[in-house]
Amino acid sequence: MNIPTDLRYTKDHEWVRIQENMATIGITDYAQSELGDIVFVELPEVNTSVKKGGVFGTLESVKAVSDIYTPVSGVITKINDQLEDEPELVNQNCYDKAWMIVIRMDDPAEITALMDASAYEKYAGAEAK
Amino acid sequence: MSFTCETRASLETLLNTIGIDKKEDVFSSIPEDLLFKGKLNIPEPMDEEKIRRKMDFPVSGTIFAGGGIYRHHIPSAVDALTARQEFFTAYTPYQPEISQGTLQSIFEYQSMMADLTGMHASNASMYDGATALAEAALMAIRKKHVKKVFVSRATNPSYRAVLQTYLASHVDVAIIEIPFDPKTGRTDMNTLNETIDKDSAVFIQNPNFFGICEPMKEVSETARNAGMWGIVVNEAISLGILEKPGAFGPDIVLGEAQSFGNPVSAGGPLLGFMCVKKNLLRAMPGRVVGLSRDKNNTQSFCLTLATREQHIRREKATSNICSNQGLCALRAAVYLNLIGPQGLRDTALQCAFGARYLRDQLMDKGINTVFSGPFFHEFVIRMDTKKRKDLIKKGIVPGVDIQNVYPEIPDGLLVNVTEMNTKKECACLIEHL
Repeated sequence: MNIPTDLRYTKDHEWVRIQENMATIGITDYAQSELGDIVFVELPEVNTSVKKGGVFGTLESVKAVSDIYTPVSGVITKINDQLEDEPELVNQNCYDKAWMIVIRMDDPAEITALMDASAYEKYAGAEAK
Repeated sequence: MSFTCETRASLETLLNTIGIDKKEDVFSSIPEDLLFKGKLNIPEPMDEEKIRRKMDFPVSGTIFAGGGIYRHHIPSAVDALTARQEFFTAYTPYQPEISQGTLQSIFEYQSMMADLTGMHASNASMYDGATALAEAALMAIRKKHVKKVFVSRATNPSYRAVLQTYLASHVDVAIIEIPFDPKTGRTDMNTLNETIDKDSAVFIQNPNFFGICEPMKEVSETARNAGMWGIVVNEAISLGILEKPGAFGPDIVLGEAQSFGNPVSAGGPLLGFMCVKKNLLRAMPGRVVGLSRDKNNTQSFCLTLATREQHIRREKATSNICSNQGLCALRAAVYLNLIGPQGLRDTALQCAFGARYLRDQLMDKGINTVFSGPFFHEFVIRMDTKKRKDLIKKGIVPGVDIQNVYPEIPDGLLVNVTEMNTKKECACLIEHL
């Protein structure tokens, strides 16, 4: 299981990359391998306000449709358009090319509630069993 | 093989096979003076509708009622083909293993609807035009989070009523009627211009409920500022003559396709349709049949994009419709295949000509149309209730009474002419006025 140490993680298997007050969000390697081949990624529009714990998009795999949850509250400043035409990037490169949205955080303190790599490794490891 | 069809090619094949040049040579052994040269004492050739009326219903009702459900000629082959046991079922079978014929017919229906409307994709059909409009509004709420749904008051009143019902639980979404110009009968563009923003969805019916063609170019220039906008087609036959709705750039085109091979009956069953732009494909409700290949690499058909639907997405599904109007859609597909593009155009032209003919006859009697806008095959006149009821007693239905749904048009009567209304029927109406 690939879990980069410079990222933060949620219990819903999203990763968060923090740069000042901006948070970039995607799904983890564990999540993509559990979902299987992703065939469609539905993302919100730029400038949408989102609340922590809310749903910001959906992932459609061959076998299921799953919601993607917002780890932090704020306003969406960027979305990854490329995923519309190349949803397979989520399977191929989930931590880099398959970033999904960027949120300008309302409250950067919210990130303290997120797991670091070692905590997430334990969490995902337990779930995998 | 065909037993009755005589094309030039098949005739030549026959003649070549028996070794003669022209068909008269078959009778060359009969002496000239014994050959019958006169004209047979039988009636002139008749089209299917004339024969049907002669043999089946010698007295056809003189009916000018439309208003959302229309009488059109239905070739007998529609009944013959759709009543085949392989097709005729109350519940559409979708399993690709056993239903390739059904699935192919739905795929063809979708392809033709998408082509006729000029949109990217069509679903496998909806219950009727009214629910198609309501589902389109729900789509705008779900996908674009609109807070206002603008709908022209010149839209079929039943559609607006069903829209109210479907949106009743969306307390934060307002349905706003755009008034129509009492002179032209067209939707009031000024009101539309002033009120539209990204938080709104707009739906315009064309031709509208009064039969009037809306200024679609103007409409599109305003409506594209909305979060989502759609064109409602209440009379699918109009697609044979008017510019494709898709040409005006709407997000969605929806409506009623009963006119394609489905009888008026007692007001149903109807055939709703919905066609969308590519980017709304996954937000669209209803079933979709796709073209695929099976494991032997043979062309095959199966349901596709099913992840939008309830059995997978549960409460987040695009709609609770998980069926389609299978048999009615099949009738539409067979009908369109039988009449073809030219037939559809001819039908639409006959409707338009017929309506103008009756309008002129009425004007000669001093009865004018209420609205000045250009119309397709329906127009509004004024006729008091007593006169209308007298005509009905005589077996003439002069139109649909609309004064209850449009109190602002007292004595309003919506008169419709299709290819089914003969000159004789028009004369009959005029005579009894």
